[in-house]
Amino acid sequence: MITLNELWFILVAVLFVGFFFLEGFDFGVGMASRFLGRNELERRIMVNTIGPFWDANEVWLLTGGGAIFAAFPHWYATMFSGYYIPFVFVLLALIGRGVAFEFRGKVDTAKWIKSWDWVVFVGSIMPPFLFGVLFTSILRGMPIDEQMNIHAAFSDYVNVYTVLGGVTVTMLCFLHGLVFLTLKTVGDLQKRARELASKVIYGVLTSLVVFVGLSYFETDLFSNRGIMSVTLIGLIVLSYLLAIVFLKKRRDGWAFGMTGAGIALTVSTIFAALFPRVMISSIDAAYNLTVYNAASGNYSLKVMTIVALTLLPFVLGYQIWSYYVFRKRVDGKDMIY
Amino acid sequence: MSELFLARLQFGSTTIFHFLFVPLSIGLVFLVAVMETLYVVKGEEVYKRMAKFWGHLFLINFAVGVVTGIIQEFQFGMNWSEYSRFVGDVFGAPLAIEALLAFFMESTFIGLWIFGWDRLSKKLHLICIWLVSLGTLMSALWILAANSFMQEPVGFVIRNGRAEMNDFFALLTNPQLFVEFPHVIFGALATGAFFIGGVSAYKILRKQEVAFFKKSFNIAMIVAFVSGMGVAFSGHAQAKHLMESQPMKMAASEALWEDSGDPAAWTAFALLDSKNQENSFEINIPYALSYLAYEEFSGEVPGMKTLQKEYEEKYGEGNYIPPVKTTFWSFRIMVGAGMLMIFTSFLGLLLNFYKKLEGSQFYLKGMVWLISFPFIANSAGWIMTEIGRQPWTVFGLMTTSASISPNVSKASLLFSFLSFTLIYMILAILLVYLFIREIKKGSEHTAHEDKEVAVDPFDQGAYL
Repeated sequence: MITLNELWFILVAVLFVGFFFLEGFDFGVGMASRFLGRNELERRIMVNTIGPFWDANEVWLLTGGGAIFAAFPHWYATMFSGYYIPFVFVLLALIGRGVAFEFRGKVDTAKWIKSWDWVVFVGSIMPPFLFGVLFTSILRGMPIDEQMNIHAAFSDYVNVYTVLGGVTVTMLCFLHGLVFLTLKTVGDLQKRARELASKVIYGVLTSLVVFVGLSYFETDLFSNRGIMSVTLIGLIVLSYLLAIVFLKKRRDGWAFGMTGAGIALTVSTIFAALFPRVMISSIDAAYNLTVYNAASGNYSLKVMTIVALTLLPFVLGYQIWSYYVFRKRVDGKDMIY
Repeated sequence: MSELFLARLQFGSTTIFHFLFVPLSIGLVFLVAVMETLYVVKGEEVYKRMAKFWGHLFLINFAVGVVTGIIQEFQFGMNWSEYSRFVGDVFGAPLAIEALLAFFMESTFIGLWIFGWDRLSKKLHLICIWLVSLGTLMSALWILAANSFMQEPVGFVIRNGRAEMNDFFALLTNPQLFVEFPHVIFGALATGAFFIGGVSAYKILRKQEVAFFKKSFNIAMIVAFVSGMGVAFSGHAQAKHLMESQPMKMAASEALWEDSGDPAAWTAFALLDSKNQENSFEINIPYALSYLAYEEFSGEVPGMKTLQKEYEEKYGEGNYIPPVKTTFWSFRIMVGAGMLMIFTSFLGLLLNFYKKLEGSQFYLKGMVWLISFPFIANSAGWIMTEIGRQPWTVFGLMTTSASISPNVSKASLLFSFLSFTLIYMILAILLVYLFIREIKKGSEHTAHEDKEVAVDPFDQGAYL
């Protein structure tokens, strides 16, 4: 039997998998709006493909944060205070992006819309990059002291490895968004999204391979849980290879499944490599935060387990229903945003 | 400026800013749901137009409320890591449940509501907006359960140097929550109602869509009056409860340095001298404080000096008196604004009933200004509640100075405070600009919006 601490680690991982899978494509659509959109109408169509969903997708992050707070207060305290400035930027980006979707269509001048399109773009590219940096630096280890506080230098946050991690996560989201667009648009836009995706996917594979290579030197990804890591990484590569095939055959739904699987497996690999640690100390392994020493008491975890397992089916149910209601492609008619 | 000062300044200002939008969202979505219900039940188009027009304003506001709320979710860990470590076991749970139960519900069904006018049946669409409304209420319930724990900690034991939850239901049945939740919800409904009332008054003054806005005004004033009364009664219950849970806050909000004597008089106005711990001038209403505290015309209320001595014995050396001027005046501003709102909403109902609304220029102009009053009252209420709890973050358990993140530098704090302030100012300006635009356009515009956007997608110039 797994302990409640382990179960909550898995639940947090599930929430982040959900967040990167779902918000991943709407981040990607936000990025694509700049690279793919040739005019205001196309950008508007793109924003409308994620219109009904992005807000709920973002709640996966908020719930993930809340779950860490409730189940692992020390993890929450150490991570959020230790990554203070990165989180300020994440917040600024999410704030700008959120209002941009709602505000961009409200005033009918080119300048107004253009400004908000830039906010959408910057707000969509910054969070995945910063989260990539965050998770890879956590995996690499941060200077966590005996009191569980991070006192880090700039190079602990930003170095070749973590920047590559950031770039990789950003690319994963970008590709995922492009493939989402092939599912949600028609005509020329759809065709161009597919073409761009077929190119970007090689960039994704390259940065993934380099990233895994560097991980061998920078982290204990292979020494800690070697077989599992190798298996998961193999599956990630397989997903993207299959995605190439499906994109060629214009099986967009399957391609979307594969880019989604790639993201989900990447996040899972990071969490699996961390376990049972949640934050790694580069000073002394004794200062690591683990699912045991960072966790809430058994009573809290039990209460939260009951609550989460009761509510999660409903949440998943109505979210899936909303995707079903808006299953139609967005073609330039009936747009709200 | 110390780290503590900056962290408090940032938390206070971002929270006050966030809570300008929250009550308006809670209030507006409830009223929009009522309007759409009238549409579905009565089948009259005017109610659909109403739901769409006010719904439009609600959405602009909701977006800002949502994004400013994200900061709140992260800020405890970012700025108050010691606090998070100490109470996370208890305090984290309601926050996580709020996200899982309320945020998912709000965000999913708001998407369905915005984009679903033509894709869902009338009834299903109506259910969506009610679920959004329910989501906002749930959100308030859980975050207030968390806040109530800070005011009156229950359901925990101190183990391994931190508070651990040992009774989840105690958190939910916290007596503080029972007085705080209705007070906040009625306040929020009043905020939405006065917003609709004020905007309607503006349109009636301008003789634009008078019938439409008179109808809106009437619905709003019914809700405003009922919730205004609700605010008053639940506020009174809260004051009474304060005597048991945080008598120091009560004493500070009354600027009561010495014990009141029996019966206790209520101080309507005072010149405070915090340094010498006395008031140089007071206007008192006899018996009133006894009534406020005990619902009787007798009974003594302990003063701050007495309580300070008591707390020193209990908690050790320290200053347990909160900033008195702020607590005292924020309480009076809140109560004053509340009273005025009850009176004007009742007056509005009368004027509308006797068909004199349109002619009452002075009243209508006043109602436009009164849009700001619920916001002032809400902010003042929270300032009183949170400042009045000082020096504690969790009453009797943890002080504010012990709660702060030890590893966040002054430079980081200054940077975050300035960036949040800047982006919030931009948001505020844009929001007001958009509100005014939408209001000026009126309800015809929003009603026909869906048809306008059905433009030929192949016409490249269509949107430029």
